[in-house]
Amino acid sequence: MWGYYVVLAWRSSARSKALTALVIVLLGFGVSACMVSYAVFRATTSDPLPGKSSRLYVPLIDNVGPSYNYLGEPNDTLSYIDAMALWRAHKASRQTLLYPTQWQVESDNPSVPAMTETGDAVTADFFSMFDLPFRFGSGWTANDDAQHATVAVISQHLNEALFGGKNSVGQEIRLDGQLFRIGGVLEDWNPRPRFFDVGDDVRPFDDVGDIYIPFTRATDMKKDSTFSTCPTDSQAFDESKWDAYLHSECDRIVAWVELATPADVDRYREYLRHYAVEQQRLGRFSWPPNIRLRNLPDWLAYMQVTPRASSLSMLVSASFLLIVLVNVVGLMLARFMRRAPEIGVRRALGASRAAIYRQFLIEAVTMGFVGGLLGVALTLLGVWGAGGLFEPDIARLVHADTSLIALTVLLAIAATVVSALYPTWRAAQTQPAWQIKIN
Amino acid sequence: MALGKAFMQLRPIVAALGRHKVATALIVLQVALTLAVASNALFIVATRIVHLSRPTSTDEAHLFVVRNGWKLGQNAAQIDANIRADLETLRHVAGVRDAFSSQGFPLGGFKDDIILRLKLKPDQKAHGQLVTYFASDEHAIDTLGVSLVAGRNFRPDEITASGPNSKMSPASIIVTRSLADQLFPDGSALGKTVYLPDGPAAIIGILSSLQGPLKQSERLDRYTVLVPTHYLDPAGVVYLVRTDSTAMKPVIAAALKALQERGGVRILDPRKGIVSMAQVRESAYAEDRSVALLMSILSGLLLLATAGGIVGLSSFWVSQRRKQIGIRRSLGATTGDILGYFHAENFLIVSGGIALGALLAFVANLSLMHVYELPRMPLYVPVLGALLLWALGQLAVWGPARYAAKVPPVVAIRTE
Repeated sequence: MWGYYVVLAWRSSARSKALTALVIVLLGFGVSACMVSYAVFRATTSDPLPGKSSRLYVPLIDNVGPSYNYLGEPNDTLSYIDAMALWRAHKASRQTLLYPTQWQVESDNPSVPAMTETGDAVTADFFSMFDLPFRFGSGWTANDDAQHATVAVISQHLNEALFGGKNSVGQEIRLDGQLFRIGGVLEDWNPRPRFFDVGDDVRPFDDVGDIYIPFTRATDMKKDSTFSTCPTDSQAFDESKWDAYLHSECDRIVAWVELATPADVDRYREYLRHYAVEQQRLGRFSWPPNIRLRNLPDWLAYMQVTPRASSLSMLVSASFLLIVLVNVVGLMLARFMRRAPEIGVRRALGASRAAIYRQFLIEAVTMGFVGGLLGVALTLLGVWGAGGLFEPDIARLVHADTSLIALTVLLAIAATVVSALYPTWRAAQTQPAWQIKIN
Repeated sequence: MALGKAFMQLRPIVAALGRHKVATALIVLQVALTLAVASNALFIVATRIVHLSRPTSTDEAHLFVVRNGWKLGQNAAQIDANIRADLETLRHVAGVRDAFSSQGFPLGGFKDDIILRLKLKPDQKAHGQLVTYFASDEHAIDTLGVSLVAGRNFRPDEITASGPNSKMSPASIIVTRSLADQLFPDGSALGKTVYLPDGPAAIIGILSSLQGPLKQSERLDRYTVLVPTHYLDPAGVVYLVRTDSTAMKPVIAAALKALQERGGVRILDPRKGIVSMAQVRESAYAEDRSVALLMSILSGLLLLATAGGIVGLSSFWVSQRRKQIGIRRSLGATTGDILGYFHAENFLIVSGGIALGALLAFVANLSLMHVYELPRMPLYVPVLGALLLWALGQLAVWGPARYAAKVPPVVAIRTE
């Protein structure tokens, strides 16, 4: 039956070539516009730590109050005072403090000139919380944190530049003139988006840095974060007044805690509130507790990491597909109504209404399939040309795979079938006697 | 007379449409959605293009930027000497017209040390006026290629030294016209004293215009101040260099080579360390350009799809009504009457769509305003969109209508 109906569809298409071509071209463009936007959208909204992201939380405490915060939201980072308080309280199964910074890197290799590299000051749990893959060695221990150890974890990329890619664990490098022992070398690790230290100066689709050293040691070295927010100018970074800066209300530290169960989350939130109440009682905060505890997906949504170009084009291309569908409904209606005499004859020869439904829905599936093939071609073209359409750091994330291609064809077929429902129903209502009599 | 005739025609058209309710409703819906989506998308394109085509007011075609890092362990005096030596070197590179050192550059983006607050009185309680600034010297105006509309340039003896860890208290500053008018609306800014966080400064010159390091806001971006200081940041310095010709490549290469001859003091990435102002502009506005391009392409496709739909459905209607057309023709209707009928019908349907679509367009704009910080859409945008759709509808129906007008009267008495 399938085959026969496909042949019928083919014949009727041959009779109204222009109309058929119009439907297929519309479908192709509508579906491919959606799929190109979707390819970008899925790349920019992907979960950087699937399966784990809902257990990782960012705590925030408003330490500047309603006169300095933005629309009542606490700043995106913590002050050193609050970060250290959370750290010492250790109310989560795993926790890390971190901030992005940069170093001047020198090695004993005279052929490599001094260079400036970025990275993060982190604590020991960082590596296990975010599942960092190691090629050589490992991260450091909580004891190293406590000892302010001069140990570093470097990226494979930096290892390549400094040590020719060989196992460099135990070797030494100089960061800002200070000797560090290499404790581990990472495999390629480049989470998208760069969720863990995203901020003013770190854009969500930047490559991650190349160097990680203990937070405590970086603080000893008076390393400032690449972004810090101070309530007043007078508190801003001044190396000669490091201690005052450290204990000012400047916000610059990101904290992450791992909380396994909803009860843990409630307990942690309660702890944060209690802490803020305590600070209010001590007179440091003159406002009621204003705290936040967001998990990774909520945090990314709050930080608006999805680029505007990506979500806007998704929205507009979805509208485009909707308009195409309305269009296709009209064109299918024209196509099917034109064949009222044929339907009349088939019904008179004994075809049931169900058979008419089957015939026209199969016709729709066939057209959808052809439209889908055109859509795949246009989608591939769009993905290939993404470099000209999107910003370079987003365009390079976009790729076509089998799931995208399969989805394109499925979407085209589903869209055509949905738009054919009403025209098919109208076709099935055709009165056989009337159609035969009229001519 | 003609109007009355057209009006007389409307009744049978409406009556005929009544018998094709679904098809009519589909076109109305399609036109409405097209108007709503296309006017919002094109409005976004217009705002993006206005945004990204704002000039920095510098001589962009002849400017390049050197982002030079300092090796650690150099004190302020050493860095000051480095900067002086580097500027001397750069100004003598063949093809270089002028150069100066700063801590930022136009469209360079946000850093902690580009923002200042200016107060009008030393004891002013309120926050001062938020501005952005460039550390400058007497070569800054010539290097940037901006024009001084009042007052004078800095003198060499006015150039101070400052840095992230020391106070910045210049005796004089130069401001842009927009900032001067914002601070002193009566136009008396020249010669007035304003207060920087670390002390007073007199406004000695006014620039016609100059964009600061930011590109987000129409106003703050133009509130730019030149501060006569060598900014001695142990992390690094920015050199702005103006060339004589637009062929910058050889000059950039020569400048890089000249700087690297004294390479022991600096960290200068040969690939990312030197960028032309054109590259700076391109990367600063990459997102805006991408949004504008995407929205234009999608709007174009949208309008084409709608036109295609109108052609398709109109042809179908014509083919269905061959018999009626034949009867009208044999009763004396001219080909012009038939053409007019289909054009009037299309106009009527599209008008219905436009009425609904204008409403949808404003609803969509209101919700987009919340999500994407868009301004309110002015009335002329959907009006232009409506004119476009009317024209598109008339154009799309032209082919089918002409085909209809060719139906010979004899069809009326022929059975097919």
